[in-house]
Amino acid sequence: MKRQIPVLLVFAFGVFTLFQFFVPHESSEWVYEFLLDWILIIGVFAMAVGIWSLFRVSVEKIKTRKSGWGYSYITLGSLIAMMVFGFTVRNGEAWGWFFAFVAAIVLAVFLVIQAVIDRGKAYLFAGLAGLCVAAAVVMAALDPAWSIHFQTAEGLQSTMFRAVFDYTLIPIFATMFSLLAFFIASAAYRAFRARNLMATLLLLAALIVMSRFNPFLQPILGEYVAKTSNWLMNVPNMAAQRAIIMGVGLGIAATALKVVLGIERGYMGKG
Amino acid sequence: MSRTGIVVFLVVCVLFVVSWVVKAGTGDPEGHYIRDGFLVTFAAFLTLAIMSFMYKDNPYYKFAEHLFVGVSAAYWMCLAFWSTLVGNLVPRISERLSNAFMVPHQPGEYNFFFYIPVILGILLLMRLSPKGGWISRWPLAFIVGTTAGLNFVRYLRSDFINQINSTFLPLAVDWQGFGHFFSNLSLNATGQFVAMFGNCVIFFGVLCGVIYFFFSKEHTGWFGRASRVGIWVLMITFGASFGYTVMGRISLLVGRLTFLLRDWLGIAS
Repeated sequence: MKRQIPVLLVFAFGVFTLFQFFVPHESSEWVYEFLLDWILIIGVFAMAVGIWSLFRVSVEKIKTRKSGWGYSYITLGSLIAMMVFGFTVRNGEAWGWFFAFVAAIVLAVFLVIQAVIDRGKAYLFAGLAGLCVAAAVVMAALDPAWSIHFQTAEGLQSTMFRAVFDYTLIPIFATMFSLLAFFIASAAYRAFRARNLMATLLLLAALIVMSRFNPFLQPILGEYVAKTSNWLMNVPNMAAQRAIIMGVGLGIAATALKVVLGIERGYMGKG
Repeated sequence: MSRTGIVVFLVVCVLFVVSWVVKAGTGDPEGHYIRDGFLVTFAAFLTLAIMSFMYKDNPYYKFAEHLFVGVSAAYWMCLAFWSTLVGNLVPRISERLSNAFMVPHQPGEYNFFFYIPVILGILLLMRLSPKGGWISRWPLAFIVGTTAGLNFVRYLRSDFINQINSTFLPLAVDWQGFGHFFSNLSLNATGQFVAMFGNCVIFFGVLCGVIYFFFSKEHTGWFGRASRVGIWVLMITFGASFGYTVMGRISLLVGRLTFLLRDWLGIAS
């Protein structure tokens, strides 16, 4: 029951979606669309499992005082604050007690964690957490400046949710990727020495493509480099990419077949 | 924390507050200038915190890193909840819930079967239970089975059959005489020579590349020579991909520097 039913389910749904492609009937396509929607809906629950896992790992890190445990408070605080931002909208121009409400919720969660960790003072921390929750509930009930929603008829009104995305996620994400330019440059210094034919080909192809996107070099080198770079990207690059993609495609198809036939059961984990 | 660490922390705090005050002071008095000043200063702080990793791993980088994990997890969770559960599921299963979430109810699309993924999703949450964790394999099996079946056909078609189909190109184009052929010898041109040469490079490049990845036969003789040509084509690809990636990363860096110099410090137009 624990292992046989999942294998049967994988086989049944795998064979169905595999053969569905060969039966372009209206009802088969209806079921196919249905299954795609189902995957998306179940995916949200899977995401909730992931969030809980992140929460548990962070609490465990604080509890055992592992190296860098203090940063887990940052993760938990930002997680909870962003959740609150994602579930609230501002009703007018004023913010009211909104930020005090967010702080009370975050503080309540921190106090509950502290109550779980410090058993000796559990009642004290739990009581303080209760006070914070009560304060948050009072603020939510009495403050007309915001309410629990995400989108109104006027569109996305959750301004803090959008602002945190614009001013926190985007800067971190873009800067992290931009840093790779420096690391790639240092790797290139080691890899790009024209020691043999292969390294020379690598160097030339990279230089031509980089020159094509360099605004300072383009007026000097003219259209020739741009066209050569386009040819490099569209012809030899495509040829090798195609060889790689064909290998990848075969690999994915073989793995999918192994999963459907029950040969590959890694997704079940242990137990 | 060492004495230097404390001094650096205090300097960072002072600079943050000064920047916040200055940005708020120069903001739009009609708008939320205190909040906007804070957000721009905070974004600049995060940008510099991540950049500080080039020197070495440090608490400011770790702060930004942990903040990113928490914020992005919550961001995707909220989006998935509101767009998938509230946006797609709720209007199809309940009018009362649709009204509560302020989304238009779709009575024509009501279907009892939409309760099944909800049940499967709840079964997936059983993974959190120490004893009932095995039940979560059922929804997982549904996702894995359906995705495997879909991927089998999809990837075999797009990554294998269609790629082979596009590789078989005419190696000789319509002959229009020596003059036309040799007048366009450069890669800069779009003549008969370039078309023919390009098609040959694609066909033999793919063939040699596939031979290089075929390890069931020893790479000796003509097979070895073809495999060697395959490596050359792969090297050109890696070089071109490398150049493309570097320029993409540099454009991101330019974007971040523009933000720091123009939006934060206001010293560049």
